[in-house]
Amino acid sequence: MSGSFTKSMARNIFYGGSMFFILLFLVLTLDTNRKLPLTDNRHNLTEEVAHGKYLWEVNNCVGCHSLLGEGAYFAPELGNVYTRFGNSKEAIMGYIKSRPVDGIPGRRSMPQFNFSDEELAALAEFLKYTSEIDAAGWPPNIQG
Amino acid sequence: MQYQSQAVAKPYFIAAIALFVGQILFGLILGLQYVVGDFLFPEIPFNVARMVHTNLLIVWLLFGFMGAAYYMIPEESETELHSPKLALLLFWVFLVAGALTVVGYLAVPYATLAKMTGNELLPTMGREFLEQPTITKIGIVVVMLGFLYNVGMTVLKGRKTTVSVVLMIGLVLLAVLFLFAFYNPHNLVKDKFYWWWVVHLWVEGVWELIMASILAFVLIKITGVDREVVDKWLYVIIALALITGIIGTGHHYYYIGTPTYWLWWGSIFSALEPIPFFMMTVFAFNMVNKRRRNHPNKAATLWALGTAVMAFLGAGVWGFMHTLAPVNFYTHGSQITAAHGHLAFYGAYVMIVLTMISYAMPLMRGRAAANSNKSQVVEMWSFWLMTVSMVFITLFLTGAGILQVWLQRYSEDPQPFMVVQEKIALFYWMREVAGVIFLIGLLLYIASFFVGRNEPEAVAK
Ligand code: HEC
Ligand code: HEM
Ligand code: HEM
Ligand SMILES: [Fe+2]
Repeated sequence: MSGSFTKSMARNIFYGGSMFFILLFLVLTLDTNRKLPLTDNRHNLTEEVAHGKYLWEVNNCVGCHSLLGEGAYFAPELGNVYTRFGNSKEAIMGYIKSRPVDGIPGRRSMPQFNFSDEELAALAEFLKYTSEIDAAGWPPNIQG
Repeated sequence: MQYQSQAVAKPYFIAAIALFVGQILFGLILGLQYVVGDFLFPEIPFNVARMVHTNLLIVWLLFGFMGAAYYMIPEESETELHSPKLALLLFWVFLVAGALTVVGYLAVPYATLAKMTGNELLPTMGREFLEQPTITKIGIVVVMLGFLYNVGMTVLKGRKTTVSVVLMIGLVLLAVLFLFAFYNPHNLVKDKFYWWWVVHLWVEGVWELIMASILAFVLIKITGVDREVVDKWLYVIIALALITGIIGTGHHYYYIGTPTYWLWWGSIFSALEPIPFFMMTVFAFNMVNKRRRNHPNKAATLWALGTAVMAFLGAGVWGFMHTLAPVNFYTHGSQITAAHGHLAFYGAYVMIVLTMISYAMPLMRGRAAANSNKSQVVEMWSFWLMTVSMVFITLFLTGAGILQVWLQRYSEDPQPFMVVQEKIALFYWMREVAGVIFLIGLLLYIASFFVGRNEPEAVAK
């Protein structure tokens, strides 16, 4: 690098530039938080949904599935599974409930979690709430 | 080695390599489960193996970073480490906590582990990369605090260099950003928004500071180039990293329920993120070309140049490939993501830690400058085996990803996920073969520590 560009100039660009963009990022974060109610489907965020999210987490569903495109890529996207299953919570509950304990020979398998009926309903409700988040038109089609 | 206390880095590096082996073994299990779906089911379901794979990766990289800091800081500060005893104590705390966590993943169902560790008091588990029980997370914070205190005190009492200051900023911010792992709101969109403050702002922000400072340290040592020149490069690289990378977080805010202006902010700034990685490549080659001495540790030089190139390919090129919003619309959460994740993590963070180990380990084991020729030849073979096989893993996943996107998301008649996965199984088989070669490279790497022990040191030509 050329001689007229000094080390202290470089240092100032680092501190000044970082500071500026940290502040800009915080401003954008603030603005995002203000606009989130328009897209994040919070009016459907019931206690049952929150419980469903908790079950989603403590069973590590995200270790096989993606949700709104984030997670693992081993099993189907679930952000829109509610619509893929014909807007039916019963279908989702039935699916999770009917997984064979020993898996399906030769096929990628999903565990049997032995959920109670309330737990199944909470998970399905959480997946319904997720499908109603306005994710800018993603995924491209029903297959996720 | 100029200061006795630098030797505390040694156990950190040894643990890092041991956990690296574990990570790769579980990677091979995952790769096999992709094509033989019921392999080890239900004993080790895919999600459990995946947690072990990714968490071991993070933990061993942290061991590597801490080891690097314990080695670098006394030498840069020109004084002994504040407390070598504390460093050893924290080593054991971190190792035992990490081992218990992995045993927990494997021994009991994840929901049971959550219950046993009181997750409902402060639910933080069950999110990608942050699967650790809340008490483990608290343990990580405690270890980080003790570590930062120890190296911080050393920096304060000694000489302050650009390298040590940049390293400290990176490490402190690493710890600060980790605190967002404790924020897990019921609102899924908010949860995702702040989750990226840990994941993205780590790898495309503060870890770049850590990487650049380690690279600068090793280059100073092996090339003898003037610090004034190195420092200038270092500041410009990390300035560009943060200027592009902070707003670049927006490339994760396209399709998760956040406002659509992020499509613009994210695309524009993240498209610039390859620049600092490219500069690291230019920097490394420039310094080696302008070297004032020929260092006998050829292997360390190879790692230093290699990490700069591979980080640019994995993060810069493979990152750019899917970072523009209209492209990401189709590739989001596909095998393209996995391809990029592998090459970027390997090229930037795995290789920078191995660079540091390659430089420092011979010195800590009593060599004056470098290992014997024989040992270095084996090490360089392992470099090529691991690096080339990781490139192939990436290429196979990219092939799988392109077909996946086409068949499942782009074509006239989109097909279901599981149908598509079966059609692209051949690519997963080839990935698994490349993975086995990676493991062979890793075993050879370990062998390089033992061969040629009794032979004379390599000399600079
Ligand atoms: C070990 C990996 C694994 C885990 C963990 C897992 N799943 Fe699955 N899941 C799968 C696989 C594989 C499929 C596809 C099975 C098939 O098509 O035969 C699937 C399918 C589904 C489907 C149907 C998707 C579709 O479009 O056909 C739903 C709904 C689902 N899982 C919900 C869940 C929930 C909720 C959890 C957490 C409680 C969970 N899964 C945990 C592997 C897993
Ligand atoms: C140093 C080498 C490696 C690194 C740095 C690494 C890193 C990672 C990372 C970061 C992820 C998460 C990816 C994401 O979410 O996009 C991951 C997942 C995975 N890795 Fe690796 N890995 C390595 C080696 C391997 C090997 C050798 C194999 C197998 C042959 C492998 C197989 C997998 C699989 C199958 C997944 C899960 C992908 C999914 O979610 O569906 N990895 N690895
Ligand atoms: C060393 C630096 C980097 C590392 C270690 C890294 C690693 C990763 C990983 C592991 C993921 C997957 C996260 C998940 O599981 O959801 C990811 C996603 C992503 N990365 Fe990087 N990355 C780096 C740099 C970059 C750069 C420089 C760019 C852009 C130029 C980039 C663009 C992206 C994008 C767009 C995604 C989202 C993919 C999706 O939508 O599924 N990355 N990165
Ligand atoms: Fe990112």
